Amino acid sequence: MKAGTSVQVRLPSQLGYEKVAMSTAASVAKLMGFSSDRIEDLKTAVAEACINAIEHGNALNASLAVEVVLSASEDRLEVKVIDQGIGVGVAPHSPNIDRKVHGEEDPRGMGMFLIQQLVDEAEWYQGPPGKSFVRLVIRLDQENQ
Amino acid sequence: MQAATKVTQRTATAASGATVTVLSFCGDISSASKDTVLGAYRSLENASRVLLDFTSVEYINSSGIAIIIQMLLDADKAGTHTIGIFGLSPHFQKVFTMVGISKYAALHPDENSSLAAL
Repeated sequence: MKAGTSVQVRLPSQLGYEKVAMSTAASVAKLMGFSSDRIEDLKTAVAEACINAIEHGNALNASLAVEVVLSASEDRLEVKVIDQGIGVGVAPHSPNIDRKVHGEEDPRGMGMFLIQQLVDEAEWYQGPPGKSFVRLVIRLDQENQ
Repeated sequence: MQAATKVTQRTATAASGATVTVLSFCGDISSASKDTVLGAYRSLENASRVLLDFTSVEYINSSGIAIIIQMLLDADKAGTHTIGIFGLSPHFQKVFTMVGISKYAALHPDENSSLAAL
């Protein structure tokens, strides 16, 4: 895949459409030569980023779009997931399974943690509506590490 | 866009001779699966050993994982159920381990290895 290539997907804010972004990200990553393991990691990270954008950023308003921009370069694939919300201002926290299993912590709330664990870079940017996004990167030089 | 979740229930015999209830899931495990998945688990009576079969699951997200954690919470409260998991792809075995589920439910590649461990 030629460096500098960009692919964009617009999703309605309806749960389930994150799969469209997952499939697109997987196709792009495959064309770039990423391994199947890394592609699985990317698929889950992209799905979780889109779910957060649909549920929290766009508050499940199906008329609002989630924009997914995939940008390929020589050594990396960058994915931006942009929503109409105000962004995330807190850092991802590690889930405490003991607290969750004992009912002391909400069983949910693992999406950001998974994103951070599964990609090489994950950053959340706050901005006005349409300018808040999460940026994910997987690098080809991290293959087999 | 979310594939419906289906659950089938059957019994199997563990290597120890104990009867094991197997809940086999099919489709997606996501927020929309909550009533189906937890309903199936909560309807079990006198099942002290339960295996969750993900062999035919096409998609799992963090909301689906939260439902499995809710199941573990139920089991912890009841104090009776031993839960095992099999049929996850290597990727989701990694993800389940990452969030800590493997601390409370043994992960096995397939049914035979699950039954051998019970």
